[in-house]
Amino acid sequence: MRRRQAALIVRIAVLASLIVLLEMACRLGLVDPLTVIAPSDMVSSMVDQIGSGELNASIAATFSTIVLAFVLAVIGGTAAGALIHRLPRLRDVADPLLASYYSVPTFIFYPLLVALLGLGQAPLVVLGVLSAAPAVVISTLSGFDNVAPVLMKLARVHRLTPARTLAWIVLPAALPHLFTGFKLALSYALIGVIAGEFILSGTGLGYAISFAYQSFDNRTMYGVMLFVLLVAVVANGVLYVWEGRLARRRSRG
Amino acid sequence: MSGESHVSLREVVRLYDGPPAVQALGPINLEIRRGEFLSIVGPSGCGKSTLLDVVSGLARPTSGSVRFEGRELRGEVPEGLGVVFQEDSSMPWLSVRDNVAFSLRTSGLPKQEAGDRVDHAVSFMGLAQFVDHYPAQLSGGMRQRVCIARTLVLHPRLILLDEPFGALDQQTRLLMGDELLRLWRETGATVLLITHALDEAAMLSDRVGVMSARPGRFIDLVETEWPRDRDSRVISDPKFGALTGRLWSSLREESLKAMGRAA
Amino acid sequence: MSGLSLGKNQPRLASRRRVRAVDTTVLVLVMLSLWQAIGSWTRGVAVSPPLQTLVYLVGLLQTSMFWDHAVATLQAFLLAFVLSALMGLALGLIFGVRRFAGEVAEPILAGFYTIPKVTLYPVVLLLFGLGMSAKVAFGVMHGLVPMTLFTLGAVRNLSPVLVRTARVLQLSPGRTMRWVLVPACLPDIVNGLRISFSLSLLGVLIGEMFSSQRGLGFLLVNGMAQHNVPLSTAIVTVIVAVAIAANTLMLRVGRRFGRPDA
Repeated sequence: MRRRQAALIVRIAVLASLIVLLEMACRLGLVDPLTVIAPSDMVSSMVDQIGSGELNASIAATFSTIVLAFVLAVIGGTAAGALIHRLPRLRDVADPLLASYYSVPTFIFYPLLVALLGLGQAPLVVLGVLSAAPAVVISTLSGFDNVAPVLMKLARVHRLTPARTLAWIVLPAALPHLFTGFKLALSYALIGVIAGEFILSGTGLGYAISFAYQSFDNRTMYGVMLFVLLVAVVANGVLYVWEGRLARRRSRG
Repeated sequence: MSGESHVSLREVVRLYDGPPAVQALGPINLEIRRGEFLSIVGPSGCGKSTLLDVVSGLARPTSGSVRFEGRELRGEVPEGLGVVFQEDSSMPWLSVRDNVAFSLRTSGLPKQEAGDRVDHAVSFMGLAQFVDHYPAQLSGGMRQRVCIARTLVLHPRLILLDEPFGALDQQTRLLMGDELLRLWRETGATVLLITHALDEAAMLSDRVGVMSARPGRFIDLVETEWPRDRDSRVISDPKFGALTGRLWSSLREESLKAMGRAA
Repeated sequence: MSGLSLGKNQPRLASRRRVRAVDTTVLVLVMLSLWQAIGSWTRGVAVSPPLQTLVYLVGLLQTSMFWDHAVATLQAFLLAFVLSALMGLALGLIFGVRRFAGEVAEPILAGFYTIPKVTLYPVVLLLFGLGMSAKVAFGVMHGLVPMTLFTLGAVRNLSPVLVRTARVLQLSPGRTMRWVLVPACLPDIVNGLRISFSLSLLGVLIGEMFSSQRGLGFLLVNGMAQHNVPLSTAIVTVIVAVAIAANTLMLRVGRRFGRPDA
């Protein structure tokens, strides 16, 4: 316990000193402001943009896209995982595909998606789902695999219907694995959507960054960049903490 | 204890699919009397657990019949039956109270009565201070007690236990044996206990069935003639030693056979 | 009897493989037909159908234009991958051996995984300028972290029993490393290489897609901008084929080292 706290403190210290170093380097003119601006300027840029509401449209666009992709990936992925688990033949075919899925860079499909669906929210949502859903499927399969057989026997002793067995035994038992899948799904959906916006889009935070870059507006660019990074870190951090709590309650000790 | 038959097995055989098909059990002929405490011992792999699966309805006999309270079982678990498994079947995501209450979810009992039954079972098994704990925070013995309590709330007429204390140390096992006897007396249920521990079978039961090596058949059925209000202190009774000795002499050769097969 | 398929009913392995081969072929045919359907339904505006793509691809592979771009991607990718692998290995070893440093660094590295690194790409461009070094840097940004994490994990999970056994056998440090530690770490390291491979490739491709005049990523985006649909589809096909082939190969290699992939 003490060691964990010590590690946390050192970690914060390391990150803080890097930021301070960068700040000093910028202030002292060691770094070209056309390349990187001082962290304090990044923060104030971010605060200004959020405060003035000029980012509101982008935030709404990006967040709604991510949430939509996430929800679809979670629902679709869990259902697909349950189905694949139930059909051994399907599973035999699906396993190698799933194992190779993430070796293919999903973004390369994005231009094709845009050509197919137009330049709006749709291709971004599809891209997000394509990035996130397989992770949910994989962890659902893993979770269902790890339901202790004795619990399935218990379900039969209690004469539970298949629906109740799924809802009362399998899903709760598999929840830790499922939750890991959800955490990954959010992470991948976020990355996918923002990457898509960055490469080719007209709205959203990713687009805002790329537009600012191409307009040589470093200050705006870094402000939005900082915001996106903070959102990513916080969202993932929250889920990570939740995941830990869930695991601790159920595991030995 | 009346001589009335509670569970009756006639020419029960159980095969496992192959190829080649393996005969795990049988033929078994057994009448389990209502209200009796019957233990079954046998060498490893003889099909003891299969027998329990068949009696409970979890598995269907390949041939022969199993009747519970006069009705034939066809691969479905009947009502009025409770099972305690060898592995820990407590649900890690529910508290002790919710684990015990789980059995009553489909019972249709009014909330008040369900709550009363849960409280009673929980205090009966000595879990009252742990109702809000989670299984992960409890020892192995306590977790088994949770599983037993969960069985109790249904007021089962037949309780099946598959080596429930296998993972526990000897002293805990002896105490748990006493708990089991107390439970048996209070509920008046018929108890079928599968165990590998001869001393446990000898001290707890009204009758002990000895099974042969695979395919398991009964080679001996011993009446212990213990009084109903017994506990683990029968260990000091000279009859206990004789009983255990008799069980082992029946069992020893079968165990060697089972080991030879394994080696 | 209901229930999810937890009961193990195992037909013989050989017939199962046959069934799977047939099923996979069916699945591939279904996917090809879907591809064909989308292609013809959109009249080749979004995706060009399989056969047309194949024909185009064969033609494309004979042009020097294609190979110029392919080589550009390949150069950037190889450089990024090798750098990621070596630096990742080194960092992973350091963090694995120096436990405390590892404990400090690991959450930072894991957190880096979850950041949309694409948003940092302009910084890379500003630092490295347009051109290959930016692409390589971006590839390394993607490939370095998983390699480090996997190596770190491999070293950390080394059972102390192994080192003790080596000492009892009185092995020299060199031999301990070569005969005991490296083989023990190898499965995880191979896995790390496999993931790092995919991600370095991804990084390089994204870099090309956003701001480059050369490379397969550029060809892809350019093809789309010029409404050259067969070109875009063909490029996607090439990338997918290469990625899957490489991944499958590395999975097989990893399996030969004993442990199934994590």
